Amino acid sequence: MNIKTNNEEKCDYALLGLSHVEDPEIGLNIVDLGLIYELYFDDADNKIICFMTLTTQFCPMGEAITTDTRDSLTKSFPGWEIILHLVFEPAWNFSMISPEGREFLGR
Amino acid sequence: MMSPLIGGLQKTTNYKVVLPFYIYAALGFLSGTILLLCHTETIGAHYFNPQALAITHTMALAWGTMIIFGASHQLLPVLVEGELDSDRLAYLTFIFTAIGTPLLVYGFYMFDMGLTLQIGAILINIGVICYLANVLGSSFKSNRRNVHAWYVITSTLWLFATTFFGLLLVLNFRNPILPSNSVDYLSFHAHLGIVGWFVLMVIGVGSRLIPIFMISKYTNDRILWLIFALLNIALISFSIYYLADFSTFTFYIPIVLGLSAILLFGNHCYQAYKVRIRKRVDQQMKTSLISVAQMLLPLVMLIIALAILPQEQFPGVVMIYGFCIFFGWLTAIILGMTFKTMPFIVWNKIYRNKAHQGKTPTPKEIFNDRIYQIMLYSYLVGFILFILGMIIRNQVILKIGALALLIAAILYVYNVIITAAHKARQL
Repeated sequence: MNIKTNNEEKCDYALLGLSHVEDPEIGLNIVDLGLIYELYFDDADNKIICFMTLTTQFCPMGEAITTDTRDSLTKSFPGWEIILHLVFEPAWNFSMISPEGREFLGR
Repeated sequence: MMSPLIGGLQKTTNYKVVLPFYIYAALGFLSGTILLLCHTETIGAHYFNPQALAITHTMALAWGTMIIFGASHQLLPVLVEGELDSDRLAYLTFIFTAIGTPLLVYGFYMFDMGLTLQIGAILINIGVICYLANVLGSSFKSNRRNVHAWYVITSTLWLFATTFFGLLLVLNFRNPILPSNSVDYLSFHAHLGIVGWFVLMVIGVGSRLIPIFMISKYTNDRILWLIFALLNIALISFSIYYLADFSTFTFYIPIVLGLSAILLFGNHCYQAYKVRIRKRVDQQMKTSLISVAQMLLPLVMLIIALAILPQEQFPGVVMIYGFCIFFGWLTAIILGMTFKTMPFIVWNKIYRNKAHQGKTPTPKEIFNDRIYQIMLYSYLVGFILFILGMIIRNQVILKIGALALLIAAILYVYNVIITAAHKARQL
Protein backbone atom coordinates (compact mmCIF):
# COMPACT_ATOMS: atom_id res chain seq x y z
CA MET A 1 0.00 0.00 0.00
CA ASN A 2 1.60 3.25 -1.09
CA ILE A 3 -0.75 6.17 -0.50
CA LYS A 4 0.66 9.63 -1.20
CA THR A 5 -0.05 12.19 1.50
CA ASN A 6 1.21 15.43 3.01
CA ASN A 7 0.27 14.43 6.55
CA GLU A 8 1.09 10.90 7.69
CA GLU A 9 -0.72 11.18 11.00
CA LYS A 10 -4.01 12.42 9.58
CA CYS A 11 -3.72 9.97 6.70
CA ASP A 12 -3.43 7.01 9.10
CA TYR A 13 -6.47 8.26 10.98
CA ALA A 14 -8.47 8.65 7.76
CA LEU A 15 -7.44 5.17 6.60
CA LEU A 16 -8.64 3.72 9.89
CA GLY A 17 -12.14 4.91 9.02
CA LEU A 18 -11.82 4.01 5.34
CA SER A 19 -10.85 0.47 6.25
CA HIS A 20 -14.53 -0.02 7.19
CA VAL A 21 -15.67 0.87 3.68
CA GLU A 22 -16.12 -2.32 1.71
CA ASP A 23 -16.61 -3.23 -1.91
CA PRO A 24 -19.96 -5.01 -1.42
CA GLU A 25 -19.26 -7.68 -4.03
CA ILE A 26 -15.72 -8.55 -3.02
CA GLY A 27 -16.27 -8.04 0.70
CA LEU A 28 -12.82 -6.45 1.03
CA ASN A 29 -12.26 -2.92 2.31
CA ILE A 30 -11.20 -0.24 -0.17
CA VAL A 31 -7.88 0.44 1.58
CA ASP A 32 -6.66 -3.16 1.26
CA LEU A 33 -8.16 -3.31 -2.19
CA GLY A 34 -5.88 -0.41 -3.16
CA LEU A 35 -8.60 1.98 -4.30
CA ILE A 36 -7.23 4.98 -2.37
CA TYR A 37 -4.35 6.63 -4.26
CA GLU A 38 -3.73 9.98 -2.55
CA LEU A 39 -4.97 11.83 0.53
CA TYR A 40 -4.06 15.50 1.09
CA PHE A 41 -5.01 17.65 4.05
CA ASP A 42 -5.37 21.42 3.80
CA ASP A 43 -5.29 22.52 7.46
CA ALA A 44 -5.73 26.18 6.61
CA ASP A 45 -9.05 25.69 4.81
CA ASN A 46 -10.12 22.42 6.49
CA LYS A 47 -10.17 20.53 3.21
CA ILE A 48 -9.39 16.90 2.41
CA ILE A 49 -8.53 16.06 -1.16
CA CYS A 50 -8.82 12.37 -1.90
CA PHE A 51 -7.80 10.72 -5.16
CA MET A 52 -9.36 7.30 -5.50
CA THR A 53 -10.30 4.77 -8.14
CA LEU A 54 -12.64 1.82 -8.72
CA THR A 55 -11.78 -1.69 -9.88
CA THR A 56 -13.35 -0.72 -13.21
CA GLN A 57 -14.69 2.60 -14.45
CA PHE A 58 -18.02 0.90 -14.99
CA CYS A 59 -18.22 -0.71 -11.56
CA PRO A 60 -21.95 -1.07 -10.78
CA MET A 61 -21.17 -0.41 -7.11
CA GLY A 62 -19.29 2.81 -7.90
CA GLU A 63 -21.85 5.19 -6.47
CA ALA A 64 -22.18 3.22 -3.24
CA ILE A 65 -18.40 3.04 -2.77
CA THR A 66 -17.76 6.74 -3.43
CA THR A 67 -20.68 7.81 -1.20
CA ASP A 68 -19.39 5.56 1.55
CA THR A 69 -15.84 6.90 1.17
CA ARG A 70 -17.01 10.49 1.42
CA ASP A 71 -19.15 9.72 4.47
CA SER A 72 -16.33 7.90 6.19
CA LEU A 73 -13.98 10.88 5.73
CA THR A 74 -16.70 13.26 6.96
CA LYS A 75 -17.16 11.09 10.04
CA SER A 76 -13.42 11.06 10.74
CA PHE A 77 -13.01 14.78 10.11
CA PRO A 78 -16.27 16.53 11.01
CA GLY A 79 -16.63 19.99 9.49
CA TRP A 80 -13.96 19.41 6.84
CA GLU A 81 -14.76 19.75 3.18
CA ILE A 82 -14.17 16.52 1.29
CA ILE A 83 -13.13 16.79 -2.34
CA LEU A 84 -13.20 13.41 -3.97
CA HIS A 85 -11.40 12.92 -7.27
CA LEU A 86 -12.37 9.69 -9.02
CA VAL A 87 -9.46 8.85 -11.31
CA PHE A 88 -8.75 5.95 -13.64
CA GLU A 89 -5.16 6.79 -14.44
CA PRO A 90 -3.32 4.73 -13.38
CA ALA A 91 -5.93 2.05 -13.81
CA TRP A 92 -6.44 -0.19 -10.81
CA ASN A 93 -4.74 -3.56 -11.06
CA PHE A 94 -4.25 -6.61 -8.91
CA SER A 95 -0.79 -5.64 -7.73
CA MET A 96 -2.47 -2.81 -5.78
CA ILE A 97 -4.13 -5.24 -3.36
CA SER A 98 -2.34 -5.31 0.00
CA PRO A 99 -0.85 -8.57 1.36
CA GLU A 100 -3.71 -8.62 3.91
CA GLY A 101 -6.19 -8.24 1.07
CA ARG A 102 -4.63 -11.11 -0.84
CA GLU A 103 -4.80 -13.25 2.25
CA PHE A 104 -8.50 -12.37 2.63
CA LEU A 105 -9.08 -13.46 -0.97
CA GLY A 106 -7.35 -16.77 -0.28
CA ARG A 107 -4.16 -15.91 -2.17
CA MET B 1 -20.34 20.75 4.15
CA MET B 2 -20.76 19.97 0.45
CA SER B 3 -18.52 17.17 -0.71
CA PRO B 4 -17.98 17.30 -4.45
CA LEU B 5 -17.14 14.23 -6.52
CA ILE B 6 -14.82 15.05 -9.37
CA GLY B 7 -14.36 12.46 -12.09
CA GLY B 8 -16.38 10.11 -14.23
CA LEU B 9 -18.74 7.86 -12.35
CA GLN B 10 -20.71 5.82 -14.85
CA LYS B 11 -24.48 6.09 -14.64
CA THR B 12 -26.05 2.69 -14.10
CA THR B 13 -29.29 1.56 -15.73
CA ASN B 14 -32.45 2.20 -13.74
CA TYR B 15 -33.58 -0.97 -11.95
CA LYS B 16 -37.18 -0.36 -13.11
CA VAL B 17 -36.01 -1.03 -16.66
CA VAL B 18 -34.35 -4.31 -15.81
CA LEU B 19 -36.40 -6.13 -13.17
CA PRO B 20 -39.55 -6.75 -15.29
CA PHE B 21 -37.44 -8.78 -17.74
CA TYR B 22 -36.07 -10.95 -14.92
CA ILE B 23 -39.50 -11.60 -13.43
CA TYR B 24 -41.03 -12.35 -16.84
CA ALA B 25 -38.17 -14.70 -17.71
CA ALA B 26 -38.60 -16.58 -14.42
CA LEU B 27 -42.27 -17.16 -15.26
CA GLY B 28 -41.21 -18.16 -18.78
CA PHE B 29 -38.89 -20.83 -17.35
CA LEU B 30 -41.71 -22.06 -15.12
CA SER B 31 -44.10 -22.21 -18.10
CA GLY B 32 -41.51 -24.07 -20.20
CA THR B 33 -41.01 -26.76 -17.55
CA ILE B 34 -44.79 -27.14 -17.02
CA LEU B 35 -45.26 -27.63 -20.76
CA LEU B 36 -42.38 -30.12 -20.79
CA LEU B 37 -43.91 -32.13 -17.93
CA CYS B 38 -47.33 -32.16 -19.62
CA HIS B 39 -46.00 -33.22 -23.01
CA THR B 40 -43.22 -35.73 -22.52
CA GLU B 41 -45.07 -37.93 -25.06
CA THR B 42 -43.86 -35.62 -27.84
CA ILE B 43 -40.32 -36.92 -27.28
CA GLY B 44 -39.61 -39.32 -30.10
CA ALA B 45 -42.09 -37.65 -32.44
CA HIS B 46 -40.95 -35.37 -35.24
CA TYR B 47 -39.72 -32.03 -33.90
CA PHE B 48 -42.27 -30.18 -36.00
CA ASN B 49 -45.23 -30.70 -33.70
CA PRO B 50 -47.33 -28.14 -31.79
CA GLN B 51 -46.09 -28.93 -28.30
CA ALA B 52 -42.40 -29.07 -29.24
CA LEU B 53 -42.71 -25.74 -31.07
CA ALA B 54 -44.52 -24.19 -28.10
CA ILE B 55 -41.90 -25.46 -25.60
CA THR B 56 -38.98 -24.37 -27.80
CA HIS B 57 -40.33 -20.85 -28.29
CA THR B 58 -41.20 -20.52 -24.60
CA MET B 59 -37.64 -21.43 -23.68
CA ALA B 60 -36.02 -19.37 -26.44
CA LEU B 61 -38.11 -16.22 -26.10
CA ALA B 62 -39.86 -16.06 -22.73
CA TRP B 63 -36.88 -17.51 -20.88
CA GLY B 64 -33.56 -17.07 -22.72
CA THR B 65 -34.23 -13.91 -24.70
CA MET B 66 -36.12 -12.08 -21.98
CA ILE B 67 -33.42 -12.61 -19.37
CA ILE B 68 -30.68 -11.65 -21.84
CA PHE B 69 -32.66 -8.51 -22.67
CA GLY B 70 -32.88 -7.70 -18.95
CA ALA B 71 -29.27 -8.45 -18.09
CA SER B 72 -27.91 -6.72 -21.18
CA HIS B 73 -29.83 -3.51 -20.46
CA GLN B 74 -28.05 -3.51 -17.10
CA LEU B 75 -24.68 -4.57 -18.52
CA LEU B 76 -24.63 -2.50 -21.70
CA PRO B 77 -22.92 0.42 -19.93
CA VAL B 78 -20.18 -2.00 -18.83
CA LEU B 79 -19.92 -3.72 -22.21
CA VAL B 80 -19.98 -0.66 -24.45
CA GLU B 81 -18.31 1.64 -21.91
CA GLY B 82 -21.11 4.16 -22.16
CA GLU B 83 -24.65 4.75 -20.98
CA LEU B 84 -27.85 3.01 -22.01
CA ASP B 85 -29.25 5.11 -24.85
CA SER B 86 -32.94 5.03 -23.92
CA ASP B 87 -34.99 3.73 -21.01
CA ARG B 88 -38.12 4.27 -23.13
CA LEU B 89 -36.88 1.89 -25.83
CA ALA B 90 -36.14 -0.67 -23.12
CA TYR B 91 -39.72 -0.42 -21.82
CA LEU B 92 -41.04 -0.78 -25.38
CA THR B 93 -38.82 -3.83 -25.92
CA PHE B 94 -40.36 -5.38 -22.84
CA ILE B 95 -43.97 -4.52 -23.68
CA PHE B 96 -43.89 -5.76 -27.29
CA THR B 97 -41.91 -8.93 -26.57
CA ALA B 98 -43.90 -9.71 -23.42
CA ILE B 99 -47.21 -9.51 -25.31
CA GLY B 100 -45.98 -11.11 -28.53
CA THR B 101 -44.36 -14.18 -26.97
CA PRO B 102 -47.47 -15.75 -25.35
CA LEU B 103 -49.46 -15.08 -28.54
CA LEU B 104 -46.83 -16.86 -30.61
CA VAL B 105 -46.57 -19.76 -28.15
CA TYR B 106 -50.37 -20.08 -27.97
CA GLY B 107 -50.55 -20.09 -31.78
CA PHE B 108 -48.01 -22.91 -31.99
CA TYR B 109 -49.60 -24.84 -29.13
CA MET B 110 -53.04 -24.75 -30.79
CA PHE B 111 -51.38 -25.25 -34.16
CA ASP B 112 -53.28 -22.20 -35.38
CA MET B 113 -51.07 -20.64 -38.02
CA GLY B 114 -53.45 -17.72 -38.44
CA LEU B 115 -53.82 -14.29 -36.92
CA THR B 116 -52.73 -15.06 -33.33
CA LEU B 117 -49.42 -16.47 -34.47
CA GLN B 118 -48.89 -13.68 -36.98
CA ILE B 119 -49.65 -10.88 -34.49
CA GLY B 120 -47.36 -12.57 -31.96
CA ALA B 121 -44.51 -12.72 -34.49
CA ILE B 122 -45.02 -9.08 -35.55
CA LEU B 123 -45.02 -7.83 -31.94
CA ILE B 124 -41.84 -9.78 -31.18
CA ASN B 125 -40.17 -8.22 -34.21
CA ILE B 126 -41.16 -4.73 -33.06
CA GLY B 127 -39.71 -5.54 -29.62
CA VAL B 128 -36.47 -6.74 -31.20
CA ILE B 129 -36.23 -3.62 -33.38
CA CYS B 130 -36.58 -1.45 -30.25
CA TYR B 131 -33.81 -3.49 -28.60
CA LEU B 132 -31.60 -3.25 -31.68
CA ALA B 133 -32.08 0.53 -31.80
CA ASN B 134 -31.12 0.77 -28.14
CA VAL B 135 -28.02 -1.40 -28.56
CA LEU B 136 -26.87 0.53 -31.63
CA GLY B 137 -27.67 3.88 -29.99
CA SER B 138 -25.78 2.96 -26.81
CA SER B 139 -22.81 1.52 -28.69
CA PHE B 140 -22.33 4.33 -31.15
CA LYS B 141 -22.85 7.06 -28.54
CA SER B 142 -19.73 5.73 -26.88
CA ASN B 143 -16.48 6.35 -28.71
CA ARG B 144 -14.86 3.23 -27.32
CA ARG B 145 -16.23 0.04 -28.81
CA ASN B 146 -14.36 -2.92 -27.42
CA VAL B 147 -14.62 -6.54 -28.54
CA HIS B 148 -17.50 -7.20 -26.12
CA ALA B 149 -19.51 -4.36 -27.64
CA TRP B 150 -19.08 -5.92 -31.08
CA TYR B 151 -20.35 -9.26 -29.76
CA VAL B 152 -23.47 -7.51 -28.45
CA ILE B 153 -24.06 -5.52 -31.65
CA THR B 154 -23.54 -8.52 -33.94
CA SER B 155 -25.59 -10.94 -31.85
CA THR B 156 -28.46 -8.44 -31.83
CA LEU B 157 -28.30 -8.19 -35.62
CA TRP B 158 -28.44 -12.00 -35.80
CA LEU B 159 -31.42 -11.93 -33.41
CA PHE B 160 -33.22 -9.56 -35.73
CA ALA B 161 -32.35 -11.80 -38.70
CA THR B 162 -33.80 -14.75 -36.73
CA THR B 163 -37.06 -13.11 -35.70
CA PHE B 164 -37.59 -11.50 -39.10
CA PHE B 165 -37.03 -14.82 -40.84
CA GLY B 166 -39.33 -16.38 -38.23
CA LEU B 167 -42.02 -13.89 -39.22
CA LEU B 168 -41.57 -14.85 -42.87
CA LEU B 169 -41.94 -18.53 -41.90
CA VAL B 170 -45.14 -17.75 -39.99
CA LEU B 171 -46.59 -15.84 -42.96
CA ASN B 172 -45.40 -18.59 -45.32
CA PHE B 173 -47.60 -21.14 -43.49
CA ARG B 174 -50.72 -19.44 -44.86
CA ASN B 175 -49.59 -17.58 -47.97
CA PRO B 176 -46.52 -19.02 -49.70
CA ILE B 177 -43.92 -16.27 -49.94
CA LEU B 178 -40.81 -18.44 -49.72
CA PRO B 179 -39.62 -20.96 -52.36
CA SER B 180 -40.16 -23.95 -50.03
CA ASN B 181 -42.36 -25.09 -47.19
CA SER B 182 -41.69 -23.37 -43.83
CA VAL B 183 -40.72 -26.70 -42.23
CA ASP B 184 -37.75 -26.92 -44.60
CA TYR B 185 -36.33 -23.71 -43.14
CA LEU B 186 -36.77 -24.58 -39.45
CA SER B 187 -33.19 -25.69 -38.94
CA PHE B 188 -31.88 -22.52 -40.61
CA HIS B 189 -34.12 -20.30 -38.47
CA ALA B 190 -33.16 -22.20 -35.30
CA HIS B 191 -29.41 -21.94 -35.88
CA LEU B 192 -29.48 -18.25 -36.66
CA GLY B 193 -31.02 -17.83 -33.23
CA ILE B 194 -29.00 -20.41 -31.32
CA VAL B 195 -25.54 -19.51 -32.64
CA GLY B 196 -26.08 -15.95 -33.83
CA TRP B 197 -28.04 -14.71 -30.85
CA PHE B 198 -27.48 -16.97 -27.86
CA VAL B 199 -23.94 -18.28 -28.37
CA LEU B 200 -22.47 -14.96 -29.55
CA MET B 201 -24.22 -12.99 -26.82
CA VAL B 202 -23.37 -15.45 -24.05
CA ILE B 203 -19.70 -15.53 -25.09
CA GLY B 204 -19.56 -11.74 -25.47
CA VAL B 205 -21.10 -11.10 -22.06
CA GLY B 206 -19.56 -14.14 -20.36
CA SER B 207 -16.04 -13.28 -21.45
CA ARG B 208 -16.44 -9.92 -19.72
CA LEU B 209 -18.32 -11.03 -16.61
CA ILE B 210 -16.66 -14.33 -15.73
CA PRO B 211 -13.22 -12.72 -15.14
CA ILE B 212 -14.85 -9.79 -13.28
CA PHE B 213 -16.79 -12.04 -10.93
CA MET B 214 -13.81 -14.32 -10.29
CA ILE B 215 -11.59 -11.22 -9.89
CA SER B 216 -9.26 -12.52 -12.54
CA LYS B 217 -6.72 -10.40 -14.37
CA TYR B 218 -6.88 -12.59 -17.47
CA THR B 219 -7.87 -10.86 -20.68
CA ASN B 220 -7.10 -11.90 -24.23
CA ASP B 221 -8.81 -9.77 -26.82
CA ARG B 222 -7.05 -11.54 -29.70
CA ILE B 223 -8.67 -14.85 -28.77
CA LEU B 224 -12.03 -13.15 -28.32
CA TRP B 225 -11.77 -11.61 -31.79
CA LEU B 226 -10.81 -15.02 -33.19
CA ILE B 227 -13.87 -16.64 -31.55
CA PHE B 228 -16.00 -13.79 -32.90
CA ALA B 229 -14.69 -14.37 -36.43
CA LEU B 230 -15.09 -18.17 -36.23
CA LEU B 231 -18.70 -17.95 -35.10
CA ASN B 232 -19.69 -15.37 -37.68
CA ILE B 233 -17.95 -17.24 -40.51
CA ALA B 234 -19.67 -20.44 -39.29
CA LEU B 235 -23.05 -18.71 -39.47
CA ILE B 236 -22.48 -17.12 -42.85
CA SER B 237 -21.15 -20.36 -44.36
CA PHE B 238 -24.04 -22.30 -42.80
CA SER B 239 -26.51 -19.84 -44.32
CA ILE B 240 -24.93 -20.15 -47.76
CA TYR B 241 -24.78 -23.95 -47.63
CA TYR B 242 -28.32 -24.20 -46.31
CA LEU B 243 -29.94 -21.86 -48.76
CA ALA B 244 -27.88 -23.17 -51.68
CA ASP B 245 -28.90 -26.73 -50.66
CA PHE B 246 -25.37 -28.18 -50.57
CA SER B 247 -24.58 -31.76 -49.52
CA THR B 248 -24.56 -32.89 -45.87
CA PHE B 249 -20.76 -33.07 -45.86
CA THR B 250 -20.40 -29.31 -46.24
CA PHE B 251 -22.32 -28.85 -42.99
CA TYR B 252 -19.22 -30.09 -41.15
CA ILE B 253 -17.42 -26.84 -41.98
CA PRO B 254 -19.62 -24.56 -39.84
CA ILE B 255 -19.83 -27.27 -37.16
CA VAL B 256 -16.02 -27.49 -36.94
CA LEU B 257 -15.76 -23.69 -36.86
CA GLY B 258 -18.41 -23.51 -34.12
CA LEU B 259 -16.76 -26.30 -32.14
CA SER B 260 -13.38 -24.55 -32.38
CA ALA B 261 -14.94 -21.30 -31.15
CA ILE B 262 -16.55 -23.03 -28.17
CA LEU B 263 -13.33 -24.86 -27.27
CA LEU B 264 -11.43 -21.56 -27.43
CA PHE B 265 -14.04 -19.92 -25.20
CA GLY B 266 -13.81 -22.85 -22.77
CA ASN B 267 -10.04 -22.37 -22.66
CA HIS B 268 -10.51 -18.60 -22.18
CA CYS B 269 -12.69 -19.28 -19.12
CA TYR B 270 -10.20 -21.85 -17.80
CA GLN B 271 -7.31 -19.38 -18.12
CA ALA B 272 -9.36 -16.75 -16.28
CA TYR B 273 -10.16 -19.35 -13.60
CA LYS B 274 -6.48 -20.30 -13.19
CA VAL B 275 -5.26 -16.77 -12.47
CA ARG B 276 -8.24 -15.64 -10.40
CA ILE B 277 -7.43 -13.55 -7.35
CA ARG B 278 -10.34 -14.76 -5.25
CA LYS B 279 -9.63 -18.41 -4.54
CA ARG B 280 -13.13 -19.40 -3.47
CA VAL B 281 -15.54 -19.74 -6.38
CA ASP B 282 -19.19 -19.43 -5.36
CA GLN B 283 -22.04 -21.71 -6.46
CA GLN B 284 -23.32 -19.23 -9.05
CA MET B 285 -19.94 -19.01 -10.77
CA LYS B 286 -19.57 -22.79 -10.62
CA THR B 287 -22.95 -23.14 -12.34
CA SER B 288 -21.85 -20.71 -15.05
CA LEU B 289 -18.58 -22.59 -15.56
CA ILE B 290 -20.46 -25.92 -15.80
CA SER B 291 -22.63 -24.37 -18.50
CA VAL B 292 -19.53 -23.58 -20.57
CA ALA B 293 -18.72 -27.32 -20.57
CA GLN B 294 -22.37 -28.04 -21.42
CA MET B 295 -21.98 -26.04 -24.63
CA LEU B 296 -20.12 -28.99 -26.12
CA LEU B 297 -22.96 -31.49 -25.60
CA PRO B 298 -25.26 -30.28 -28.41
CA LEU B 299 -22.39 -30.21 -30.89
CA VAL B 300 -21.42 -33.77 -30.02
CA MET B 301 -25.05 -34.80 -30.54
CA LEU B 302 -25.10 -33.08 -33.91
CA ILE B 303 -21.91 -34.73 -35.11
CA ILE B 304 -23.24 -38.15 -34.00
CA ALA B 305 -26.50 -37.48 -35.82
CA LEU B 306 -24.79 -36.47 -39.05
CA ALA B 307 -22.04 -39.07 -39.02
CA ILE B 308 -23.50 -42.25 -37.55
CA LEU B 309 -27.27 -42.35 -37.42
CA PRO B 310 -29.54 -43.32 -40.30
CA GLN B 311 -31.78 -40.56 -41.65
CA GLU B 312 -34.96 -41.90 -39.95
CA GLN B 313 -33.45 -41.52 -36.46
CA PHE B 314 -32.41 -37.95 -37.12
CA PRO B 315 -35.53 -36.21 -35.69
CA GLY B 316 -35.09 -38.03 -32.35
CA VAL B 317 -31.51 -36.80 -32.04
CA VAL B 318 -32.58 -33.31 -33.04
CA MET B 319 -34.88 -33.35 -29.99
CA ILE B 320 -31.96 -34.22 -27.70
CA TYR B 321 -29.84 -31.58 -29.45
CA GLY B 322 -32.49 -28.91 -28.86
CA PHE B 323 -33.00 -30.01 -25.27
CA CYS B 324 -29.24 -29.82 -24.57
CA ILE B 325 -29.26 -26.24 -25.83
CA PHE B 326 -32.37 -24.77 -24.24
CA PHE B 327 -32.58 -26.79 -21.03
CA GLY B 328 -28.82 -27.42 -20.94
CA TRP B 329 -26.14 -24.77 -21.31
CA LEU B 330 -28.48 -21.82 -21.84
CA THR B 331 -30.53 -22.60 -18.75
CA ALA B 332 -27.44 -23.39 -16.66
CA ILE B 333 -25.68 -20.13 -17.45
CA ILE B 334 -28.87 -18.19 -16.77
CA LEU B 335 -29.39 -19.98 -13.44
CA GLY B 336 -25.87 -18.99 -12.42
CA MET B 337 -25.74 -15.48 -13.81
CA THR B 338 -29.20 -14.46 -12.55
CA PHE B 339 -27.97 -14.61 -8.98
CA LYS B 340 -24.74 -12.82 -9.83
CA THR B 341 -26.46 -9.88 -11.55
CA MET B 342 -29.95 -9.51 -10.05
CA PRO B 343 -28.83 -9.14 -6.40
CA PHE B 344 -26.48 -6.33 -7.55
CA ILE B 345 -29.35 -4.52 -9.22
CA VAL B 346 -31.52 -4.82 -6.10
CA TRP B 347 -28.63 -3.95 -3.77
CA ASN B 348 -27.90 -0.81 -5.76
CA LYS B 349 -31.56 0.15 -5.69
CA ILE B 350 -31.88 -0.20 -1.91
CA TYR B 351 -28.47 0.28 -0.31
CA ARG B 352 -26.58 2.53 -2.75
CA ASN B 353 -27.08 5.57 -0.54
CA LYS B 354 -27.31 3.74 2.76
CA ALA B 355 -24.00 1.93 2.87
CA HIS B 356 -22.48 4.46 5.29
CA GLN B 357 -25.35 4.07 7.76
CA GLY B 358 -24.11 0.70 8.97
CA LYS B 359 -23.29 -2.82 7.87
CA THR B 360 -25.39 -3.58 4.81
CA PRO B 361 -26.16 -7.12 3.66
CA THR B 362 -23.95 -8.21 0.77
CA PRO B 363 -25.64 -8.84 -2.61
CA LYS B 364 -25.23 -12.56 -1.90
CA GLU B 365 -27.39 -12.25 1.23
CA ILE B 366 -30.32 -10.83 -0.73
CA PHE B 367 -31.36 -14.22 -2.09
CA ASN B 368 -31.59 -17.60 -0.37
CA ASP B 369 -28.38 -19.51 -1.07
CA ARG B 370 -29.74 -22.77 0.41
CA ILE B 371 -32.73 -22.66 -1.97
CA TYR B 372 -30.31 -21.92 -4.79
CA GLN B 373 -28.32 -25.06 -4.01
CA ILE B 374 -31.42 -27.26 -3.88
CA MET B 375 -32.55 -25.71 -7.17
CA LEU B 376 -29.19 -26.49 -8.74
CA TYR B 377 -29.25 -30.16 -7.66
CA SER B 378 -32.85 -30.52 -8.81
CA TYR B 379 -31.90 -28.98 -12.15
CA LEU B 380 -28.90 -31.26 -12.68
CA VAL B 381 -30.90 -34.39 -11.73
CA GLY B 382 -33.74 -33.32 -14.04
CA PHE B 383 -31.41 -32.54 -16.93
CA ILE B 384 -29.54 -35.85 -16.73
CA LEU B 385 -32.70 -37.96 -16.22
CA PHE B 386 -34.49 -36.27 -19.08
CA ILE B 387 -31.63 -36.93 -21.49
CA LEU B 388 -31.51 -40.53 -20.30
CA GLY B 389 -35.28 -40.79 -20.82
CA MET B 390 -34.90 -39.40 -24.34
CA ILE B 391 -32.18 -41.88 -25.24
CA ILE B 392 -33.96 -44.98 -23.93
CA ARG B 393 -37.46 -43.60 -24.72
CA ASN B 394 -38.83 -44.24 -21.25
CA GLN B 395 -41.87 -42.17 -20.26
CA VAL B 396 -41.46 -42.72 -16.50
CA ILE B 397 -37.88 -41.41 -16.52
CA LEU B 398 -38.93 -38.52 -18.75
CA LYS B 399 -41.71 -37.59 -16.32
CA ILE B 400 -39.38 -37.77 -13.29
CA GLY B 401 -36.78 -35.69 -15.13
CA ALA B 402 -39.36 -33.10 -16.17
CA LEU B 403 -40.72 -32.98 -12.61
CA ALA B 404 -37.22 -32.32 -11.23
CA LEU B 405 -36.82 -29.50 -13.77
CA LEU B 406 -40.20 -28.08 -12.73
CA ILE B 407 -39.12 -28.14 -9.07
CA ALA B 408 -35.92 -26.31 -10.08
CA ALA B 409 -38.04 -23.72 -11.91
CA ILE B 410 -40.33 -23.22 -8.89
CA LEU B 411 -37.31 -22.70 -6.61
CA TYR B 412 -35.79 -20.32 -9.16
CA VAL B 413 -39.02 -18.27 -9.28
CA TYR B 414 -39.13 -18.23 -5.48
CA ASN B 415 -35.58 -16.84 -5.28
CA VAL B 416 -36.23 -14.28 -8.01
CA ILE B 417 -39.34 -13.08 -6.18
CA ILE B 418 -37.65 -12.76 -2.79
CA THR B 419 -34.76 -10.91 -4.46
CA ALA B 420 -37.07 -8.52 -6.33
CA ALA B 421 -39.19 -7.94 -3.22
CA HIS B 422 -36.21 -7.39 -0.89
CA LYS B 423 -36.85 -4.58 1.60
CA ALA B 424 -34.11 -2.51 3.25
CA ARG B 425 -32.88 -4.04 6.48
CA GLN B 426 -32.54 -1.94 9.60
CA LEU B 427 -28.92 -0.73 9.61
